[in-house]
This record gives sequence, C-alpha cells and structure tokens, in this order.
Amino acid sequence: MSGVPDGWEVVVGLEVHAELATATKMFSGAPNRFGGNPNTHIDPVSLGLPGSLPVLNERAVELAIRVGLALNCRVQRSVFARKNYFYPDMPKDFQISQYDQPINVDGWLELPDGRRVGIERAHLEEDTGKTVHVGGGGRIHEAAYSLVDYNRAGVPLIEIVGAPDLRSADEARAYVGELRAILVAIGASDGKMEEGSMRVDCNVSVRPEGSQQLGTRCEVKNINSLRSLGRAIDYEARRQIDLIDAGEVVAQQTRHWDEDHGRTHTLRSKEEAFDYRYFPEPDLVPVDPPEAWVTEIANALPLLPGARRKRLAEAAGTTPAGAALTVERGLDDLALAAIAEGAEAARVLIHAENNLAGGAGFLTADSFAALTAMEAGGQLTATQAKTVLAELVAAGGEPTDIANRHGFEAMETSEVETIVDQVIAANPDEWTEFLEGDEKERKKKSGFFVGQVMKATGGQADGRVVNEVLEARAAD
Amino acid sequence: MSAVDLAASVRTGQRSARSVVEEYLEAIDAAEDRIHAFNLVMADEALEAADALDNRVASGEDPGPLAGVPVAAKDNLCTRGVPTTCGSLILENWRPPYDATVVKRLSAAGAVLVGKTNMDEFAMGSSTENSAFGPTRNPLANDRVPGGSSGGSAAAVAAGFAPLALGSDTGGSIRQPAALCGVVGVKPTYGLVSRYGLVAFASSLDQVGPFATTVADAALLLEAVGGHDPMDSTSIPEPLPGLVGVLEDGVDGLRIGVIEELSGDGLDGIASDVQARVTAAAEALSAAGATVEPTSVPSTVYGLSAYYVIAPAEASSNLARYDGVRYGLRVDAPSTPEMNTATRTAGFGDEVKRRIMLGTYALSAGYYDAYYLKAQKVRTLIADDLRRAYQQFDLLVCPTAPTTAFPLGEKTADPMLMYLNDVCTIPSNLAGHPAMSVPFGTGDDGLPVGVQVLAPAMAEPTMFRAAAVLEAAAVNGL
Repeated sequence: MSGVPDGWEVVVGLEVHAELATATKMFSGAPNRFGGNPNTHIDPVSLGLPGSLPVLNERAVELAIRVGLALNCRVQRSVFARKNYFYPDMPKDFQISQYDQPINVDGWLELPDGRRVGIERAHLEEDTGKTVHVGGGGRIHEAAYSLVDYNRAGVPLIEIVGAPDLRSADEARAYVGELRAILVAIGASDGKMEEGSMRVDCNVSVRPEGSQQLGTRCEVKNINSLRSLGRAIDYEARRQIDLIDAGEVVAQQTRHWDEDHGRTHTLRSKEEAFDYRYFPEPDLVPVDPPEAWVTEIANALPLLPGARRKRLAEAAGTTPAGAALTVERGLDDLALAAIAEGAEAARVLIHAENNLAGGAGFLTADSFAALTAMEAGGQLTATQAKTVLAELVAAGGEPTDIANRHGFEAMETSEVETIVDQVIAANPDEWTEFLEGDEKERKKKSGFFVGQVMKATGGQADGRVVNEVLEARAAD
Repeated sequence: MSAVDLAASVRTGQRSARSVVEEYLEAIDAAEDRIHAFNLVMADEALEAADALDNRVASGEDPGPLAGVPVAAKDNLCTRGVPTTCGSLILENWRPPYDATVVKRLSAAGAVLVGKTNMDEFAMGSSTENSAFGPTRNPLANDRVPGGSSGGSAAAVAAGFAPLALGSDTGGSIRQPAALCGVVGVKPTYGLVSRYGLVAFASSLDQVGPFATTVADAALLLEAVGGHDPMDSTSIPEPLPGLVGVLEDGVDGLRIGVIEELSGDGLDGIASDVQARVTAAAEALSAAGATVEPTSVPSTVYGLSAYYVIAPAEASSNLARYDGVRYGLRVDAPSTPEMNTATRTAGFGDEVKRRIMLGTYALSAGYYDAYYLKAQKVRTLIADDLRRAYQQFDLLVCPTAPTTAFPLGEKTADPMLMYLNDVCTIPSNLAGHPAMSVPFGTGDDGLPVGVQVLAPAMAEPTMFRAAAVLEAAAVNGL
C-alpha cells in the first residue's frame, strides 16, 4: 500500500553503504570483525596515529569490482580522495573515500518485477568508529560524556548510489532487498542491516503525478531496517505533501528518522551542509585494475538472483516473481533438481514457500520428487506431506518409509463423506451460515468445516476432498 | 671521525660502541645548552643500545653498516615509547606505540639513536624559530638561525653532537639548514625513503633524508634507511641504487646545467656572495671534466607560489586529527566541537594556524579550481620543464638558499620573507626529484654557503658523484 495520496508521486533514490566481507580493514592489517571489546580491533592506521599511512587492501578492491559487475556497472580507473570534516569517531578527521573518479559507474539493478533501477556509482570508502553517549538517556546533548570505539574505523565500505528511479516505499524495500540478495550472493557483504553492515540513506521528494520535474529532496538518515525504510518514506512524502498543500515550500535538508516516534526531524539545512574540501588522497596511488583481472572476477561471479529467478520460473512454468521466494531462500537449485526428477513444479514451489522457511536440511532432490509424486497420486494428504517433509528436512530418508511409519494413507472418499455429514449435523448453525453466506462468509465457514474434519480424522483426510464433499452437500 | 670510519672501527672491534656514544654524549653535554639542537637527548637508551652492540661484536656478530654510529632523528619521526613532539605543544607528551620505518632500519643497521632534534612546528618554517620549545641556534654563529625546518638535525651534525642525522624535506627543510650549518643534506627522490612513521606535513612532498659532515657519510646513511617499504603506498618498488660505490667515479663527461632563473642574475634576493660560490662550483665541476653551461628552466620561479597552496592544503587535512580526542593535548570544553577548537587554539602555533587556514581556504568550495587545481597544474609544468632540461643535462646546479645564515628574529615578523628561503629548493619537491646541498666555501660573513645539485628521479648515484667532486674541490679551497 502506498502512503501517497492520489495525484501525487513520490520519488526516491537510495544510498546504500555495505561493509565488505574482508578479513582485514581497508587500509591496514587490523581485523575486520563485528563486535569485540571496544578498541581491540585497532592498530596505528585505524587509529589514524601521526605518521601512519594507508595501504590499500586488494581484497576490498576485488569485492568492490564484484559489486560493480553484479550491478552492471563500468569498472574504471579510480582515485581515492579525502573527505574532510571533524567528527570524533573519525580518527583522522577525514574519511578516505572516492569522489570524482569512483571505481564503478553507470549500472543498473533489476527488481524482481522486472523494473530496472539505475545505479549511478558504487565506490569504495572506509567506515568510521562508533560513539556511545553515556548518561542523559544516550542523547548527545544530555550525555555526561561520550566514548568512542574505533573497532569499526577503517572497515571497507562500498557506497552504492542509486538513481532517483523508485516510486514507492514498496519499491524502495524491494530494491534494498534485491541489492542485499546480490551482495550476499556474490560474497561481497553479509548484508545485515541489524548489525549495521548494511545501511540505507534515503533521498525523498514528491511531485504532482505526471510532472517530469523533480521536487526538492530531503535526505533521511538513521534507517535501520526495511520496515523503517518504508515507514520513513511514507512519513517523509506525507510531510512534504502537507507542506506544499499548506502553500509552503520544501526546504532541502538532511533529516533524521526517529523510529520510536515514527517521524523525521531536521538534522541540518542545505546552508549548514559541510564543505568537505575533497582532494586526491596523496598517501595512495590511483587504482587501475588490469582488464584481465576484471575479466577473471567477472567469470568467477555466481549466477545472480535475477537470473536464478528467471531460470526457475522457466523450469517451473511460472513468473520470476513467483519464483522469488524460493530463490531468496536459496532453494532454487534443489527445486530445479527435483523438477528435473519429474516433480510437479507447482507442488515444489508451494513446499519451498510454505514449509521450507528454515532451509532444506537433509532433503534431497530425489526424496523431494518422490514426496510430491505421492501427494499427486493421492497417497498422502497435504497435511501428511507436510509431516513427511519436516522429517526429510530434519533427518533425511525415504518418503515412503516415513509415511508407512506414521501409518499415513489417504482416506477413502466415502469415509470422508461420513465424517463430513457428522460434522454438519453437529454444527447446524455454521452450516446454515455456510449455505446462506456470501463468498467471503462461505470461504470462512469452509475453513471451519475442514478444520473440524481434520480434527476428527487426525489430519488424515485430504482437505481438497473435504471441500469437494462440502460443495456437493451444499448443492444437494 | 667520519661515520664511515666509526662504523668500521666498531665492526672490527677496534673501538667499542660505548666509547663512541660516550664521546658524543660528552659533546652534547658541553654545548647543548647553548645550541638547543635536541628536544630530547636519549643518553640512557643510547648507552644501553651501545652495550648491546658491543656484546654482539664480542660474540662475533656484525651489527651492520652503521655499527655504533650515533644518529640524531628529527622529532617528527616516530620512536616507539619515546616522545615525538613535532615541535608542537599539541604533541608534547605523545609517545608513539611504533617506530617509523627509517628508525627501524637505523637500528637494523647498528646505528644508535642519541636523541630527537628540534624543528619548526610540524616542519613548517625555515629557521627552527617556530618550535614550541624554543629556537635552535646555529653552532657556527650562535646569534644566527640554523635554518629549518630540520634545524635541530643540521645543528646537531654541525656541532659534533652526532656524525649523522635524519631530517625531513617538504620544501627544502633538509637542504636549506644543511647549507646554513655547513653540512651535507640530501632530499632523496620521492618514494625512495619510506614515510611510514614520518608525521605528515604535506604528504605528496615530504621526504626523509640524511645529514652528514661528508658526502660519503650521507651516502652510507641513505643506503641504510632507503629502499622499498610495503607500509608506504608511495614507496618506489625498486631496489635502492648503490651510492657508496660510485663516489669516486667523478663527473668526467657529465653534462651539467646551471639554472638561470634560480641564480643571482635571474632572481632578486640571491646574495652576490652566494652566487659567487655557485659560479665557483660550476667552475670546479667543469675543471673535473663536466660540460657546464647555463640553462633556462622557466617555470621554476612559480614553484614557491604553487608550493604555498599545495603544502598548506595537504597540511590542513593532515593536521585535522589533532583534535584532542585520541592523543596529545586536550583542553576541555562543554561540547566536542568547543573542545576541538580550544585544543587546537592552545596547541598550535601561529605559523601552523596560518597554513591550516591557507590550506582550508584553497580547498574550499568555489576556490578549489582557482587555487589547488591551478597549483597542481603549475606543479606539472615544473616537472615537465625539468624533464625537458634533463634531456640535455645529467644534473642541474643552483644555490641551496638565497643567503647565508641570518640572525635570529630577523624574518619572524614577515612570513613572506621567510618563505623566500625555499625558492631554490621547492622545485625538486614539486617534481619529486632528488637534490642535495653540499657545503662550498663561505660567504662574505664567513658563514657557510651550500651549493645545490639537482638530479632527475632515481639519479642519486650521479648526484652523489657530483657532490663528491664539489666536496673535494671545497677541501682544496676552490
């Protein structure tokens, strides 16, 4: 559901920072690890001690190139620059980043629904430390003092700057979800928003529907989950529309998302924006990755989520969107193999989506195919199949053995009819409501009757058969 | 005794490292109060290191090419556990947890660190009067400056406090004080000596280099500390060219140009007595078989202007980290930004503040193109001009400093006048080329004059050959 009223369009562009999954930091041998006691993953370089010098981590460059290639970017010669501003958690009071010559430019990302979102650039930079404000409820202005932990300082980041191509909170969430899936798939990042290894800043503007001009944008920071991303966009769009409706203008600002109160507030205005005084980092040399290396990295890239969705959709006779959840769970290779073994694709995807949220465990393509065949042949009800599947995941084995052990066999239709009639007789009011209710009511009541029958048969009745009998009785 | 001879005598067991170190510590004791070459004399550490060396020699080991030779290090070179102040209050009590690469290499070569030398704060200055801990005096005339910013290192060698010293040269900070103190000073090719552990002033210009009383000693020290270092991304990944072995090769057949724009005829401010010594040096090189002729390198005169944009710009960024948060001075205040300001206000001297402001301005939105970018273009132009000159010449020659050592206090009130001291040395820093100053007689006041020999990148061997020829000629009173 969009949070924007009719007649308006929201325009969103995202800047995503992802920590690269290297063993060591961007410019030194200190470990790149989440957590740890404060100030234990440090060395002279990550503390920015006088006289220390950065040495570029080649692995970080390789991962950045992977990201660029996965996002269909052009990989080019790049130059590091210093972004100068004072902040206590930034050890040198400048950040080594890339400015006018980033490593990756001009790419795109395809959303699960097939829409393409432009990627303006994806550049390398170093992370900062973390400041903890002590006392005063953790707020900077009321704190008694602040402590800084430099464990994160110097961790390699890739900043992925998306074009303002997104048109709703849902689309923004889909974009971040897809980007995260890609980063994880190529081993560039663990993509954990909750640990801060993936962070999203969000540029939001609004305009009347049909307008080609961009409105004044606000940048929203401090978004820590996909849920906050959606809420922040909807809130911010609404705020801007209300301003315009009230005859006021939207001021270009950086705003802070307050998760607790569900609103944004001003951090700084355009006039208060920092002058970062970028200039080329004299302690580093330009990065000019040889073409052969880039080709080697490209050849080693795994199949990306988009391609995997298409592959599965083709095999399963569905749409890429229909294959999305299975791919997201990493079950597509298994599903493809099961389908190749002759499994009914629709049943495979239903199980992947409904019953395999925790992964496939010991489930093999063979047993998956055998299970769906038993279901299709009427030897197992859906409920029984679910039980057998759970055991296959937990411990493996043969579906027939498991079914036998449980004494599962499909109930004869005549038996089901007898029980349905008993349940109808025991619940005359519900039956009347079923008969007389509209479609919605009927559906609700059929759920009730199926449940009662299942209860009476210990789950051995086939839900589909129960429904058929109910419809037949109603038609009588 | 030269460093070469000292090392030889310690290596062969003829002399103990302890006796060498004691001798120099006595010299320091006798005159340091008057000169103030050091921010810190490391007497105990030096004696301890000397004893360890003597034990190694006694057990048949060879401690290396600088065995037992006392060396003084500029106070912007990090020494593990030993204060490294950069001549600034903001780092007055800072003890680095690590050694600079050059410091490590000194001890690996058997040298003994005897102290940390005084300097203009963060290497910004040409007289060592900008030190927060008081000026250093020229050992040859105590009312004169030793030059700067490595004035403490130059004075230490000139006063006989140590046969060798390390300094850093961003715009002339080794060569100019070497000239004013009558010693040899070398700025190597950018990237030849590691900057890891050299506290940065202007990263694209800074280079560590040796001071010595003789050309051979300077070669020995440069060989010991130079060469590729993986900790410095700008370090040249090539083997260090041999220097000690070429000193006798002479200049016969070399083509040497005298830079017209940086000589007395081309540039106001080059004193006539200094110019006279450069002319004499040209004649000495010619007499030794080189072809010497005047040549024009037109853009060199713009070096000073470009330098005073680029160096402050980099410095404004390099010095941002002295914010009171992690190390060094902290002046408390109610909020972090106020604490930053109070700390920097109290911790930095006037010249440092001036350059931080200059550099911040030059990098600011709307001014970047007009200042920083234009200065970088001038830098490229100078490098191109020099490259063109080196198609014709193996080496170039010009004065090191415009005058001999000037009186303390004479130029402190006029920064521009002070900056002009570096007009002849800056082009080599901008181009990343090596250059060295060799003492070549005296001026009208009887104080030493340095002649500067410039070479293209990595041509240190040729440069040292010419320096050795000049040194021999100077000894012969030419």
